[in-house]
Amino acid sequence: MEEKTLAEELTKNLDRGFEKMVRTYQDRMYSFAIRLTGHVQDGEDVAQEGFVRAYRALKSYPGERISSMDLKPWLYRIVLNVFRNRRRGYRPTILPLNEGKAGPGLGAREDASLSPQSLLEVSEGQKQLAKALASLPGKYRVPVILRHMEGLSYGEMSEMIGQPAGTLKSNVHRGLRMLREAWVRQTKEDER
Amino acid sequence: MKQDKQYFFGKSRDFVAELRRWGKTKAPTNFLSAVLRRVGLEDIYFRVDTPIGQVFVASNSKGISAVMRSRNAAAFERSFRERFGRSIHPADEPPKKLIRDVAEQLGGLKRRKMNFDLNSLSDFESAVLHKTLEIPRGEVRPYAWIAREIGRPKAVRAVGTALSRNPVPLLIPCHRVVRSDGKVGNYALGREAKRAVLEAEGVDPDRLESLAEAGTRFYGSDTTQIFCYPTCHQAQRISNEHQVLFKSEQEALQSGYRPCKICRPASAS
Repeated sequence: MEEKTLAEELTKNLDRGFEKMVRTYQDRMYSFAIRLTGHVQDGEDVAQEGFVRAYRALKSYPGERISSMDLKPWLYRIVLNVFRNRRRGYRPTILPLNEGKAGPGLGAREDASLSPQSLLEVSEGQKQLAKALASLPGKYRVPVILRHMEGLSYGEMSEMIGQPAGTLKSNVHRGLRMLREAWVRQTKEDER
Repeated sequence: MKQDKQYFFGKSRDFVAELRRWGKTKAPTNFLSAVLRRVGLEDIYFRVDTPIGQVFVASNSKGISAVMRSRNAAAFERSFRERFGRSIHPADEPPKKLIRDVAEQLGGLKRRKMNFDLNSLSDFESAVLHKTLEIPRGEVRPYAWIAREIGRPKAVRAVGTALSRNPVPLLIPCHRVVRSDGKVGNYALGREAKRAVLEAEGVDPDRLESLAEAGTRFYGSDTTQIFCYPTCHQAQRISNEHQVLFKSEQEALQSGYRPCKICRPASAS
């Protein structure tokens, strides 16, 4: 409902609509980017960059295209792409970054950058959860974040990532199981 | 304690709930302005001297976005944020050309073409303000004139409201719009300020009010058979012996006068 009026406003007046759009989605994109990067500062950069790209894209789109757009998944995808491009830029890596085919991809590399101070989390439990999440391969991590932390529907996720909903469902399920296992492992390690 | 946590995450549903709770993080307060600055939509401000004292002028890539009379910079930043919902920063380097343009425009030295950011306004409000821009310095027009000119002759009150919400008073001369009976009327920056600004532009508010008292609405010239608003520069040129006073449009039309094509005191139908 809100989406529709926002898209209409963007067609009528891009600059005003854009401001409203940032206001509406900044919290979502910001937390999404933090979960992706595992860093507060990096997350903020990625989310900002995402909005800047969205603005440039909207500027070049014809009105009919904007009014038929589904803004939320579109923004998530931009932020996700910014994140991936950055990773690619940071280190010319041997690991494939494309989702789906990524082996022990994105996640494994997060660990190094994941110092406890860099995390916003206050409680012990959340810190461990962050660690566990960061250890998850990107193939599972992104769908888990989108589904269970951002609350997107499978339809939206499917449109955004370009995978069938069924694939995503099983990846979320597996990812969640792996996350719990990783979390239990983490807790045990910490106890030692 | 560790055990408690284990128990907490023991159930899958609880685990998901924790994830969801953790997923919500508020973006920092400067997030919006940082994004706006990066796409060139952020506002900066500076001060300018005017006939009614110092005012704060805000501008962004689209043009001038606000003119406000505030006690000090902090008060201005606060009212700007309240009204437009975005933050604003003092100009790192004063935009020299803009300051000069604003000063010349306000001082009546030159007419400068200026851009305005009227994005926060409705289509009607921005039509009213664009029409207001056409009123020359030293002249005034009634609210009803604006309403008629923008094709909404019945929206006289709405015009008043739109003008009271003018984000850039002085530069968009809403002070040049007065009541239909000729009285000066209200102003976004205060009634006294309106008189002061008009006086600085060469309009005598006392004369306007005395004309209003006498019920005179239009000046006609018996040589040309044309009638004008009293402040129209064509009306100023009518010599005393040829000056005819009218109390209403009907009276002028019935005497065989036609409306001036410059100040358009009546629709030229």
